[in-house]
Amino acid sequence: MGQPVSLDVNGRAVSVRSDDPEVPLLYVLRNDLDLHGPRFGCGLGQCGACTVHVDGVAVRSCTTPLSSLRPDQKIVTLEGLGSADRPHPVQAAFIAEQAAQCGYCINGMIMQSAALLARSPNPDDAAIKRELAGNLCRCGTHSRILRAVKRAAASL
Amino acid sequence: MSDPILSRRAILQGGGALVVSFSLLPRAAAAAPPLPPALPTRGLPKSVAGDEVDGFLAIGADGRVTVFSGKVDLGTGVKTALKQMAAEELDLPMGAVSIVQGDTGLTPDQGPTYGSLSIQNGGAQIRQAAATARAALLGLAADRLGVPAAGLALKDGAIGGIPFADLLKDKRFALKVDADAPLKDPSRYALVGKSVARIDIPGKVTGRFTYIHDLKVPGMVHGRVVRPPTIGARLEAVDDAAALAMPGVVKVVREGNFLAIVAQTEWGAIKAAEALRPRWSAWAGLPEQDKLWQHVRATRVAKDDVTSAVGDVAAALPQAAKMLVATYDFAIHTHGSIGPSCAVAEFKDGRLTCWSASQMTHALRRQLAAMTGLPTEDVRCIYLEGSGCYGRNGHEDAAADATLLARAVGRPVRVQWSRADEHGWDPKGPPTLIDLKGGLDAAGAIVAWTSEFFIPEGGAGNVPLVAAELAGLPHETALAPGNIVHNSALPYALPNVRTVCHRLAETPLRPSWIRTPGRMQNTFANEAFLDELAAAAGVDPADYRMRLLNDPRGAEVLTRALALAKWESRPSPRAETGGDVLRGRGVSYVRYELYRTYVAGVAEVEVDRATGAIRVPRFVVVQDCGQVINPDGVRNQLEGNVIQTVSRVLKEEVTFDRGAVTSLDWASYPILAFPEVPEVVMELIDRPTEKPWGAGEPAAAIVPSAISNAVFDATGVRLRSVPFTKAKMLEGLRGV
Ligand code: FES
Ligand code: FES
Repeated sequence: MGQPVSLDVNGRAVSVRSDDPEVPLLYVLRNDLDLHGPRFGCGLGQCGACTVHVDGVAVRSCTTPLSSLRPDQKIVTLEGLGSADRPHPVQAAFIAEQAAQCGYCINGMIMQSAALLARSPNPDDAAIKRELAGNLCRCGTHSRILRAVKRAAASL
Repeated sequence: MSDPILSRRAILQGGGALVVSFSLLPRAAAAAPPLPPALPTRGLPKSVAGDEVDGFLAIGADGRVTVFSGKVDLGTGVKTALKQMAAEELDLPMGAVSIVQGDTGLTPDQGPTYGSLSIQNGGAQIRQAAATARAALLGLAADRLGVPAAGLALKDGAIGGIPFADLLKDKRFALKVDADAPLKDPSRYALVGKSVARIDIPGKVTGRFTYIHDLKVPGMVHGRVVRPPTIGARLEAVDDAAALAMPGVVKVVREGNFLAIVAQTEWGAIKAAEALRPRWSAWAGLPEQDKLWQHVRATRVAKDDVTSAVGDVAAALPQAAKMLVATYDFAIHTHGSIGPSCAVAEFKDGRLTCWSASQMTHALRRQLAAMTGLPTEDVRCIYLEGSGCYGRNGHEDAAADATLLARAVGRPVRVQWSRADEHGWDPKGPPTLIDLKGGLDAAGAIVAWTSEFFIPEGGAGNVPLVAAELAGLPHETALAPGNIVHNSALPYALPNVRTVCHRLAETPLRPSWIRTPGRMQNTFANEAFLDELAAAAGVDPADYRMRLLNDPRGAEVLTRALALAKWESRPSPRAETGGDVLRGRGVSYVRYELYRTYVAGVAEVEVDRATGAIRVPRFVVVQDCGQVINPDGVRNQLEGNVIQTVSRVLKEEVTFDRGAVTSLDWASYPILAFPEVPEVVMELIDRPTEKPWGAGEPAAAIVPSAISNAVFDATGVRLRSVPFTKAKMLEGLRGV
């Protein structure tokens, strides 16, 4: 079952094993750690559904091999951001704006925009759209997502 | 928190079916036992009859009301809206109602979840069942209290202080749904018509919602399908030595041309599938893509459907002062769900349970029974939400894949499609070709209209399952593209009209319905060609439509859309055509299927003269879908529908070579991204005393034509071929 690998996920030290050190982080999070916030959309880095934070930066977990991660890097998933009872301001804003249809893309939208707001608290519309240009939504929830990100920015 | 999921202990207690106990699974539903594989046998089984109150409603010992809905939430928010409708009739707060959807063991067969019918039909049935229950409960309370029912009211799950559950004891309603049971007066609505927050959103934005992709069943292993490189290839041999040597591989499964691998882990299955060395026969049965329209035109016509015949077109057309002729076409589209299809199947004691995001679990159950040879009673299909599907995508096919694999390995199997599986193998919206002729009199009025639609035959039946086809197991052979003749006829009063659909015996790729099937393509041609006639007549295109509209509700949506868009009346194209960026506006109108929802809209476009790029910065839309159950929910659908359709119109086209689909990812099948998304300006006309009509699909019908009309207004170039690519735009601009 391979050597144990230590990770810091949502503030907890965890140990995982895999036969293949090249396994993408997405599968480790979803299947070994039961974290279902990050979602499989393409496995190609094209859609953003799988986005997580690594040291505060939004990365595509579907193209991030386990072997590329160090134990001191802080991995945060949608679950680590907040819960329904204690939502992160971005999550709270998505609820307030009812910014989801199927919601499949929403993990990526929230993780990407939370990372944006962390480094740039007051982005204008164009900056938000640029930031989210690589996050696809098929349901057409874009306008609501945009409003939610602006609401979150205002609340931070 | 999302709705309770029926736990293994969801037993029907005592002698009746009314008491259904639920347990809220902890969020790690992953680790919890899955839904029960078979229905309990103690007591009477839960009714699934579509004409019985007990089919739709149960009142638990704790007073909670559970709604059993055959219609499912495809990410549209309909679960919330159906709860609102049921709670309203029973004067309950939202929190007192739970909903179970799309479980063939528990919910009535209300037909597939498509066609914008969940509220209009599905909701109406549930509402009527709740109204019947309400009357029955009032009668029981009146008997108990010895007072007339007329003086009693429902309040917080009780009547005259007696809880519903006590009124019914452990009895079932044992009542047919009464079509005449009085419905609550809309003026007393507390929930319907209100923007109640969606019950699924908090879970979805915090990673606590259980999608089909998240389901784990004890003992579950992972399957991966290996599709042929061309649609008709035969599997000649497989070298599986390298794959079988990989860690965790359970089995290589081969049935005819169906090939898959099962492994302990999902990643293990992916890697092992890559290590398989299949040998496939050559096949090149698809037409050349750049000759697609010749191919469509040459395809054998199985039958003609005449969808309207008024007056005498043959006589009137030659008399016309002016005649226009045009051909429109609309490319093959894919559903493009962001999450590829996924399903889990398990065989236990000879019975099959299959979890999927199928929009039609009851029909899927029959298909899986046919494929496996099991009696239908031994198959249970259970719905869990997936990624938005917008029609019949690959969910049902993944369910069939999982079923074959679970049978082959004797363990529960989860199948997750890859992106290429989804883009390559989900069924497609078929290509549509339309010829039109219109005649004007000297004053510019339309004296004759004729159109011919070249579209595949078939309706909205079952789309054959890929696994069954590949494995040579029983499956349907008829095409099922959806009811695509709709809106081939016009929503206007004209003196001489003939519209006919030539139903083609075949179409290049397995067809199915994608949001607004047929209605979108047909309305594209109708409303753009009408604009051509308006331009030929030198009349403002909105005025032109208004003259032809003899329907007051239709006229109202159009009037309001024009006002909202600040439409200035003048003929198209606009006079000044200078500058690098040309701007224009286009109008369009539809009455969905000519009998329900009205939509009118105005597209605003910018055309970059140098690159041919078209932008839609703003889209104005007004919809009248009768009674609105949840205004914010409808706005969410309406806005999404417009944005999705702008994407389809500007960008989307499935590409293929002689053997298979070649647009297998988001680079080769791009969709609209954030920087290109239009602002959607909306107005809903709520008519609380009318019936609710479909809300999720109709607006898409007007989008392609509104954009074509706006591009014509901006440039004088008429785009008649979706998608409106830069190349087509540049070609048109060069010709002006
Ligand atoms: S799943 Fe990672 S980018 Fe699409
Ligand atoms: S909400 Fe469905 S893909 Fe974005």
